[in-house]
Amino acid sequence: MDHHLLHELEHLLGHDGVLSRPEDLLLYEYDGSVEIARPQCVVFPAKTADVVRIVELSNRYKTPIVGRGAGTGLSGGALAREGGIVVSFARMNRILEIDIENHRAVVQPGVVNADLSLAVAHAGLHFAPDPSSQRACTIGGNVSENAGGPHTLAYGVTTNHVLGLEMVMPTGELVRIGGKAADAPGYDLCGLFVGSEGTLALVTEVTVRLTRLPEAVKTLLAVYDRVDDATETVVEITARGITPAACEMLDGWTLRAVEAWVHAGFPLDSAAVLLIEVDGLREAAEEHAAQIAEVCRLHGAREVRVACDEKERDLLWKGRKNAFGAVGRLSPTYYVQDGVIPRTKLPETLREIDRIGKENGFEIGNIFHAGDGNLHPIILFDARDSKQFQRAVSTAEEIIRFCIKMGGAITGEHGVGMEKDRLMPFLFSEADIALMKRVRDEFNPAGLLNPGKIFPTGKGCGEVRVRSQRNGAETDSTHEESSPA
Amino acid sequence: MSSAARIAASRAGEIVGPANVIDGADELAGYEVDGLGPGAAVRPGTAEEVSELVKYAAAEKLAVIPVGARTKLDMGMPPARYDLAIDMTRMDRVISYDPGDLTLSVEPGIPLTKLAATLAEHKQFLPLAVPFFEHATVGGTLASGVDSPLRHAYGTAREFVLGLEFVSGDGALTKSGGRVVKNVSGYDLHKLMLGGIGSLGVVTRVNFKTFPRPTPARGFFAAFETMEKALELRQRIMSSKLSPLTLDLGSPGTAELFSSATAAKIVPEAVTADLPARGKWTISAGFWGSTDVSARYERDLRQMAADCGAARVDVIGEDEIPGQLGRKREFVAIVSALSPGAVVMKLSVRASQLRGAQTEARNIVAGAPIDYATLTNGAGVIYFAMLPRRAGDAAQACRQAAGQIMKAITALGGYATIVRCPLELKREISVWGVPREDFPLMQRVKRAFDPCNIFAPGRFVGGF
Repeated sequence: MDHHLLHELEHLLGHDGVLSRPEDLLLYEYDGSVEIARPQCVVFPAKTADVVRIVELSNRYKTPIVGRGAGTGLSGGALAREGGIVVSFARMNRILEIDIENHRAVVQPGVVNADLSLAVAHAGLHFAPDPSSQRACTIGGNVSENAGGPHTLAYGVTTNHVLGLEMVMPTGELVRIGGKAADAPGYDLCGLFVGSEGTLALVTEVTVRLTRLPEAVKTLLAVYDRVDDATETVVEITARGITPAACEMLDGWTLRAVEAWVHAGFPLDSAAVLLIEVDGLREAAEEHAAQIAEVCRLHGAREVRVACDEKERDLLWKGRKNAFGAVGRLSPTYYVQDGVIPRTKLPETLREIDRIGKENGFEIGNIFHAGDGNLHPIILFDARDSKQFQRAVSTAEEIIRFCIKMGGAITGEHGVGMEKDRLMPFLFSEADIALMKRVRDEFNPAGLLNPGKIFPTGKGCGEVRVRSQRNGAETDSTHEESSPA
Repeated sequence: MSSAARIAASRAGEIVGPANVIDGADELAGYEVDGLGPGAAVRPGTAEEVSELVKYAAAEKLAVIPVGARTKLDMGMPPARYDLAIDMTRMDRVISYDPGDLTLSVEPGIPLTKLAATLAEHKQFLPLAVPFFEHATVGGTLASGVDSPLRHAYGTAREFVLGLEFVSGDGALTKSGGRVVKNVSGYDLHKLMLGGIGSLGVVTRVNFKTFPRPTPARGFFAAFETMEKALELRQRIMSSKLSPLTLDLGSPGTAELFSSATAAKIVPEAVTADLPARGKWTISAGFWGSTDVSARYERDLRQMAADCGAARVDVIGEDEIPGQLGRKREFVAIVSALSPGAVVMKLSVRASQLRGAQTEARNIVAGAPIDYATLTNGAGVIYFAMLPRRAGDAAQACRQAAGQIMKAITALGGYATIVRCPLELKREISVWGVPREDFPLMQRVKRAFDPCNIFAPGRFVGGF
């Protein structure tokens, strides 16, 4: 990196606002995915004006620039694929305003997702998007990736809860879009920028909607001896028009991995469990829970357990939300996929994933948002064996191709990033991609903001590198932080 | 017909077949937008035909306006140019429907009523209770961005349109989003098209998430002597654990409109509970659920209304829901039918500003020969209708008031636009309200989608 640029950055942010030593940069070369890419420096702006200046410098020195929240992403969105400056929003982590009467909050991008919900809980409110990494991931990252989570089945994903953004454009302009009131006139720019994976602007402030906490919550655990029975239960719950707040599935392999670590009470001899939550008015939650229990039993659940208190409920969710950490104990490396399919295709797709795994010699675990057809097959492999890694990547690709064949999509909540750029042409035509590129080029004309993401680069998957034994070195707490939604 | 128009009609005829070209003056009059008629109108039958038409228009720099049932063509500013209307009503099929997955894919020309009937067979529906419901198409509804009282429970179309296929300004058949309920693959370009009044492309396919029909539903009315008391009830419901389907606040003028004969012609179902509300501010809500759940709603709503000093409370049954929802849905249509010179504004503010916004707007029209009626939905969007008492100076007063209201609402941090007004008003004021700082970003969106500027030039925000 140009040492003049480094000098100017240090001048702007102070010595403790810039990292450039190799041993420091090592910590910023990865996220929650299997990708790595090392930046030349990491900067820590403290305010919006700093971000404007950093963008100006990146333009002057023609150096790529990438925003980063907590680095929990699962598609390489916050990695400096082409080197350059990583802008960490760790210091822009203040909740600027909580407006209880209007159910709104204004936050800086580095605010941790769960912290916002904690800050408004006293008023009976919460921020609804709840990625499993919510105790670490930031709202800025949620906005970039349009993050989901278990409860987005009923409450919607991040884009449904963002009303306004302040952004620094790649050209250095500071712009506000949307605001606290509904329906800003003109194009739905928030709809475009949320989920644009950090390729169109750096977000410096977010106005979000807060959602009331429900009066009652019922959490059910349905236990199955056959995977097909569990998936067919989900199909029927959907078809009956019951929308649970969450409907998660763990297959036998995954629940055993989880149980060994979390002791959530999942029965070790079962083939699958469904973790289903209903909420709302007391009367409605009771009824929906009863209806769901009935459907579970009709489809062969050997047991339907209802969490009797908050403690038991938390334990079940702890099992779900820490599942990826648990898997990390079993294998040096794993690859989490993120396909989506129509809910009616669940049974057939899970059978196919099982077949694809066996054919390629992998054990594939499944833990996923069954209620919205968002699959997370986990492929265990050993990254020290490069052939095995290549096979893991091609196996994942085969699964995604099957999802597309079923009428699905390549990513439900993790993003395209640098992980799936090459899969975009399976889903989108040249014309589709060309228009998306024209939009990107209008906002990011020099291509310096987060280059090498979303759009096919023509680079093969051989480019994708993997850090080895990373999970082996993790502590328990980081297991949680790197877990996906 | 000019020679250019004749050539356009003839080339378009080669694409869609001569039977689907409309070039007679009488028929073309039906395609006028703010007094300007196209040289020709065509009715394509496939997405590929739309693509060919747009390619041709782009090559010849013809200005194109896509239309559906033509119920809301007076939205936006008058077009700067208008050569070709692309009438989508022939493309009215259900392409696929997976009731078990609650997903649906349709062509944009399908009427909302036909779609509702298809969904009703599976006890499902789409929460598009929009004005001109009996005639409107899916495509026109989405393009015009009109909202629905049901948004309180279901959100606007952006929450349940999963993806769109459309023809962009270079004639390319393009798509974004998909058919699954959760998806972050690529940019959400389709969101830009919702409410874009056809300024970015011509939609050829819409993928929806559908919902179970909320039946049996019931309705609730509470009438108040003052706006303040009614707003207090609204705020209490908003902060309670109840989640009604709709939650709207009507002014005394609106109660008057709703009980008029004109309203009855547009929405024939009788709503007895409306009548005693004349002269009062009303809160009306819909809710649904089992006997126990409904009983809970009724009990809590009655209690809250009593606490807020309601003058009268009514609960209505399933049979009167279409009347209650229909009147709220058709507010703009009822106002237009009753008062052709009316100016209907859309004022969006935070809940805490609802009182201030309504008070400002009322004060502005207070001294003028203007009656007013307002309907405020659950999202905090106020539809403020100014009804001139006579022709002439009242129209001038409406113009002045509209400008003042836009300034006042902007000062409150809200947005004010004009949904419907006489053409003359548009010559003096932009219906899109006070210019905003995000306009340059919108220009870039427009350029990416429509590089030759052929779609509805001049009609949208900022003169796109």
